[in-house]
Amino acid sequence: MRLANLLTASLATILAMTMPSAGQAPAPSATAEGSTFRYAYRVDPASLDPHALAETFTLSFLGQIYEPLVGRGKNLELVPALATRWEQPDPRTWRFHLRRDAAFSDGTPFTADDVVFSLRRAKMDGADVAYTITSVTEIRKVDDHTVDLVTAQPNPILPLQITSTYIMSRAWAERHGATAPASVKARVENYASNNANGTGPFMIESRQAGVRTVLVRNPNWRGDNASNLGKVVFTPIQSDATRVAALLSGEVDMAYPVPQQDVPRIEANAGTRVLKGFELRTIFLNMDQKRDELLGSDVKGKNPFKDRRVRQAIYQAINIDAIRDRIMGGSSHVAGTMIAPGINGYDPRLDVRAAPYDPEAAKRLLAEAGYPQGFSFPMDCSNDRYVNDERICQAVVGMLGRVGLKVSLNAQTRTKFFEKVLGRDTAFAMIGWQPLSYDAHSTLQDTMSTPADKIGTYNIGGYSNPKVDELTRLIETEVDPARRAALIVEAMDIDKQDYGHIPLHQAGLAWGLRAGVDVVLRSDDSLELRWVRVEPRTAAAAPR
Amino acid sequence: MIFVLGRLGQAFLVLLAAALVSFCLFRFVGDPVNNMTGQAASLAEREAMRAALGLADPVVLQFVRFVGKAVHGDFGMSYRFGQPVAGLVLERLPATLELSVVSMLIATGLGLPLGVWTALHRGSRLAQAVLAVSLVGIALPTFLIGIVLILVFSVRLGWLPSFGRGDTIQLGPWSTGLLTGSGLRSLVLPSVTLAVFQLALILRLTRAEMLEVMRTDFIRFARARGLHRGAIQYRHGLRNTLVPVVTIVGLQFGNVFAFSIIVETVFQWPGLGLLVIQAIQFGDIPVLAAYLVLVALCFAVINIAVDLFHLAIDPRIRISGGARGAA
Repeated sequence: MRLANLLTASLATILAMTMPSAGQAPAPSATAEGSTFRYAYRVDPASLDPHALAETFTLSFLGQIYEPLVGRGKNLELVPALATRWEQPDPRTWRFHLRRDAAFSDGTPFTADDVVFSLRRAKMDGADVAYTITSVTEIRKVDDHTVDLVTAQPNPILPLQITSTYIMSRAWAERHGATAPASVKARVENYASNNANGTGPFMIESRQAGVRTVLVRNPNWRGDNASNLGKVVFTPIQSDATRVAALLSGEVDMAYPVPQQDVPRIEANAGTRVLKGFELRTIFLNMDQKRDELLGSDVKGKNPFKDRRVRQAIYQAINIDAIRDRIMGGSSHVAGTMIAPGINGYDPRLDVRAAPYDPEAAKRLLAEAGYPQGFSFPMDCSNDRYVNDERICQAVVGMLGRVGLKVSLNAQTRTKFFEKVLGRDTAFAMIGWQPLSYDAHSTLQDTMSTPADKIGTYNIGGYSNPKVDELTRLIETEVDPARRAALIVEAMDIDKQDYGHIPLHQAGLAWGLRAGVDVVLRSDDSLELRWVRVEPRTAAAAPR
Repeated sequence: MIFVLGRLGQAFLVLLAAALVSFCLFRFVGDPVNNMTGQAASLAEREAMRAALGLADPVVLQFVRFVGKAVHGDFGMSYRFGQPVAGLVLERLPATLELSVVSMLIATGLGLPLGVWTALHRGSRLAQAVLAVSLVGIALPTFLIGIVLILVFSVRLGWLPSFGRGDTIQLGPWSTGLLTGSGLRSLVLPSVTLAVFQLALILRLTRAEMLEVMRTDFIRFARARGLHRGAIQYRHGLRNTLVPVVTIVGLQFGNVFAFSIIVETVFQWPGLGLLVIQAIQFGDIPVLAAYLVLVALCFAVINIAVDLFHLAIDPRIRISGGARGAA
C-alpha cells in the first residue's frame, strides 16, 4: 500500500508540474530572420538522398533543399532553376546553360562538374530516379557553365522529365563517401540519407527521422525567395483526425491532406480555412481484353470484355456524377479522358463523357452482345491507396449490378493489390495513374500501349491497339509541339472510342491553413516553401 | 538458479518459434517490391529486385538466413528507409518504453488502491460509482478515448499538445521526454489514453481477488485471533491478492508495450507502434521481423520477471520447487 501511495503521489506531482505551465504553443514571432512556419503532412520524407527514392512526397520535400536544372512554376509550367536556358542544337542533344550565381548551402559554388556527377549518380544501380534520364546516353561537360545531354533518339520532353532530378555537390558527396545513392538492394546506406547540401532556398537545421525536421533559409541562396519564412518546422502526422486537430488547436499553421469530411469543420472554424484543387492522378477501370477466357467469370470459353459493346455497356452503367456527389463529397473532377487538366497534352475537348450514363442503353448493348441476362466476374480494388478507393469500387459493383452484371469485389491493401494486378491476375480492376513527367506520353506508354518489356507495365487490362502503339512511338520523338499535341489527342481519342479504359475522375485536393498563411496550391500536391507567406498570429485569428 | 536457466532456455525457444511463425505470415503482407521500385520500373526490373532481396527463395531458407544474421545483431536494412533495422528500432524504443511505463504506473498506481478500497467498502455509493465508471474504461475503444481527449484538451481548451513527443533530451543513446516541460505535457494525453483500459482492468481484478481472499478461512482465523484490522487487510489480505494481480500487470505491460500502435498513431507518438504500422502498410519485412522478435523477447523477459516476483511474495512456490509458472 505504501508503494501505491507513493505512485499516486508522484503522479499527482507530475500533473501539478505540467498543468500550470501548460498552454498554447508559442505563437510564431516575426523576428529579424523571418517568421516560423509549422506544417504537417501524412508521412515523413523517407530519405534525404535525392536519388534513392522516387516517392512523390519525398521528392517534393527535397525540392525545397535541392534544385533540378529545370523547375516548375505555379501552374506547373517549366521555369529556369539551375539552368537559365536550354536548347536543342540537334535533335539528339539538349544543351543546358547553367547559372553562374548559384552555390550550395555549405558555400561551394555550383558548376557543370556537379551536374555531370549528379546525373551519373542518378543513373546508378539503386537510384530510383534513374527513369527520369533513361533516354540519356551521354552526359557531357562543354565548359564550366554548359552541359550537353545526348539521347539515343530524339527526346522532345527531356526538360519535362528532369524536374525532380536534383543536383548535389560533387565535392561534398566525395568528402562524405556519398558518391553512390543509398540502396536497399545493395544494402548501402550513406551520409546523404540523413544529411543534405543543396542549392535550394532552404537548408536542414536539424532532423529526427519520423519526428521533426527543421529547415532554415539557405544563406547562400541567390535571392528570389518570395517567402518571409525564417524557420520551417515539419512534422509528419499520420492520423487524419490528429492532423486536423493540430490545425484547429493552432499547433500547426498548415496541415495536409485534409480528409473530405473535415473540410466543413475547418471552414466553419474562425481561424482556419481550406484551399482546394484537383489531383493530377486519373482514377480508371481496367478490363482484361487479353485472355481468351475471363478469369473467375461464369462465361466459359470466351472473354466478353473483348467485345467493344460490353465495354461500352459497363461505361454507360456507371454514374460518375453520383460517385462525385455521394462518395467524394462533390470534390472530384469527373474525367472524360485518361489525363488530368494540368498534364501536358490535355485537351478539354476530350474531357467529356464518351457516352452518357444510361443503364437502359447498357442493358441493350449487353443483350446485343449476347448477354441478355448479364454475367459475373470478380473486381480487384485497393483499400488504402487512393482517396475512398474501396467505396468507389463498392459503388461501381452496385451500379453494374443494376444492369445485370454480378460483380464480386475483392478489396485489399495496396501491397497485396499491386502484387495481384501487376501479375495480371485480374479480370477487372481500378487503378490510378499520374504521369511522373506531367506529360501525356507516360500515360500512353505505361497504361495504354500493348505490354512488352518496359512498355505497358500498368496496362492492367492488356488493352492493345496497334494505332495507339504507333502514335505513342511517334509522340516520343516528335519535336514540334503543335504536331505532338495533335498526335496525343488522336491517340487518347482512339482509346476513348475503343472504351479501352474507363476513366472515372481526379480526386480533390484539400490543404488546411491557419488564417494569415498564404501558400500556392499546385496541382501536383507539392508545397513550395518559397511561396509561403505567414502573418504573425493576431488576436482575432487565435484559435479557441 | 536452475529455475532461471530453465526459463531462459524456454524463452529462447519461444523467440525462435515467434520468428518462424512471423516468417510464415509475411507472405500475407504482400509484395514489398512494388512499393520499393516506384511506378517507372518494368516487370523485369521488379523480378530482378525480388531476386536480389532473396524474396523469391523458399520461406525456410529466408528464415535460416534471418536467424543466422539476427544472432549477430544484424536485422538487415529497412526496405522503406534504407537504414539498418536495428538502428531504427533502437531509436524508437525509448519513446515507446517511456509511454508504456508511465501509463502502467498510472494504471497500477490508481487501479490497485482503488480496487482494494472498493473491495473493503463494498456496497458504498462511492464504490459503486467508481465501478460504474471503470466499466466505461473497459467498454470504450482506445482510439475514441484518444480523439475525445484531443478534442477537449487540445482543440477546445488548448492546454495540452495533440501530437508528438515535445522536446527531448539525449542521454547517450536514450532520448527522453521526461526532463522537459513540453515533453511531460506531451506525455499526459497519450499515457492517460493508454492507461484507461489497464486501470479499469487492474481495479476490477484487484477488487475481485481481494473479496475472494477476505472470505477465506485464514482471514477469519486472523480476525478470531484479534489481529489489528489494518494488519489483516494489508499484510495478509492484500499480499495474497497480489499474486494474480502481478501476473496480469506484467502481461498487460507487455501488451501495452507491444500494442500501443493505436495510441501512437492517434497521438503521432514517435515510437515503435508508429514504425510498425508504416512497416505493415509498406510490406517492410525486415522491420516487422525485428519487431516481432523484440516483442516476443519482451514477453519472455516479463514472464521470467513475474515468476521471480512470485517466488518473492508467495513462499508456497519456493517450497514446491518452482514448478508452477506464470499463467
